[in-house]
Amino acid sequence: MEPDAVAVQSPLRVIPVERQPLGDRPVKIDVAALSFYYGNQCALDHISIQIRSNLVTAFIGPSGCGKSTFLRTLNRMNDIIPGTRVEGRVRIGDRDIYGQDVDVVALRRQVGMVFQKSNPFPKSIFDNVAYGVRINGLARTQSQLRAAVEKSLRAAALWEEVKDRLHDSALALSGGQQQRLCIARALAVEPDVLLMDEPASALDPIATQRIEELIYRLKADYTIVLVTHNMQQAARVSDVTAFFWLGRLIETDRTEKMFTSPREKLTEDYVTGRFG
Amino acid sequence: MNRTARRKLLSAVFVGACTACVLVALIPLALILFFVVSQGISALNIEFFTHMPTPVGEPGGGMANAIVGTLILIGLGAVIAVPVGILSGVYMAEYSGSRLAGAIRFAADTLNGVPSIVIGIFVYGIAVLPFQQFSTLAGCVALGTMMIPIIARTTEELLLLVPATMREGALALGATRARAVFTVIMPAALPGIVTGVVLALARIAGETAPLLFTAFNNRFFSTRLDQPIASLTVQVYTYAISPYEDWHRQAWAGALVLVTIVLLCSVLSRFATRRLERMHAR
Repeated sequence: MEPDAVAVQSPLRVIPVERQPLGDRPVKIDVAALSFYYGNQCALDHISIQIRSNLVTAFIGPSGCGKSTFLRTLNRMNDIIPGTRVEGRVRIGDRDIYGQDVDVVALRRQVGMVFQKSNPFPKSIFDNVAYGVRINGLARTQSQLRAAVEKSLRAAALWEEVKDRLHDSALALSGGQQQRLCIARALAVEPDVLLMDEPASALDPIATQRIEELIYRLKADYTIVLVTHNMQQAARVSDVTAFFWLGRLIETDRTEKMFTSPREKLTEDYVTGRFG
Repeated sequence: MNRTARRKLLSAVFVGACTACVLVALIPLALILFFVVSQGISALNIEFFTHMPTPVGEPGGGMANAIVGTLILIGLGAVIAVPVGILSGVYMAEYSGSRLAGAIRFAADTLNGVPSIVIGIFVYGIAVLPFQQFSTLAGCVALGTMMIPIIARTTEELLLLVPATMREGALALGATRARAVFTVIMPAALPGIVTGVVLALARIAGETAPLLFTAFNNRFFSTRLDQPIASLTVQVYTYAISPYEDWHRQAWAGALVLVTIVLLCSVLSRFATRRLERMHAR
């Protein structure tokens, strides 16, 4: 193997990874001094981070450290929880998403989200993927709609498995297939950022591996932010890792650096399994 | 007696007590069905469904007008109550923490507990007195008023059972709140809501009191909304308190038809629920 390449080790195959000059990538999400409160309780304390385009950024940290909460501030999903408050600034692309005139619906279209527990709608496979396309008026004709559904299912590596039963209920799919369906559903509205909240935590190792391969492939077209409980997963799929602890962002760096020679003692203790 | 034997005996006693209570609870139902069927079946024939009531002393005749009347009354009652009930259920579920939702919930529970005769008097005041006319429409308003709280509370409870992740999934795809409710959450809860509506129908199909001074009664066949209309329940009541043997038999037959309609509603709701559930899952 060339000295310039590292490898993502997965149980069944080795995916070569070119070493990217991460600093050259444009900043996609720029967060400055973001604080978040549930009532009076401070859940995130002055988080500042730059998330770069077309990379996988992983958030790790023990339960309750705020990583999911932070992820959900990026598409304003926390807006629906009453009694919450945000301070600071989040820019995605060239706009402040907490600004006065932001259309939350348009923002969520641009910033897709995949949840921890797969949540297909009780509709057919086709209708699940078509849902976002329909409500956002992205397809003008039936054939455009069908093409969009097929493209998304292919992108989520699910097409071959479901192409003959698109009109069956999505709830009949296996757990791993349901999660890939949710990814396809998110891709169908053509976002440019994909937020993933522990997308594989409820899946078996084989299904997990498929999701990881998918994440790896998707970063060519999307900026991916991944929350994970599983440090091996962060090491396998991400380019950049951010470590959260008690609502603070302790350290963020290239993934190999975070797992081999982190700057902070706390990060080292966590990634070596001394706590958490 | 050792410990194990004593526990087994206790267990047997409790299971026996539960079984006995279930049987006691079922006895009235069994007796009602037995009496209604055995008394009603003799007067029940095709003529009962197709013919009008005959004058006293003249044998035969039926309750065609009352059967059609009951169907119109509960059908139009549902037309009034289903939209209002479902939408208030949606409001209560969507804003379940708000003070207004709490107030609506309390109002619905109170309305549900109001005796049906009081609802009859109320509708008499607002829909009969101003027009100086008993009417089908007034009867529908009375029945609809009774259905609204039942449907609203059922809808609310079923919407709240839909997992929150479903709503988040829709919102994350760029759905507005209303869109998420009507395209994802409502369809997910639909089987239960349909059951709730049909059970509410079954419940009001058997009401007499709210119709006494609203829809009143009509000896003739009528489908006009601004005129009084006959209904099975009022007809049964009228015939049952009459001194004529013939009318008593007719009343039993009417009761049998009524019980059958209610039973059909229950069966239909179960059937619809299963069909919808199968469509949604697996």
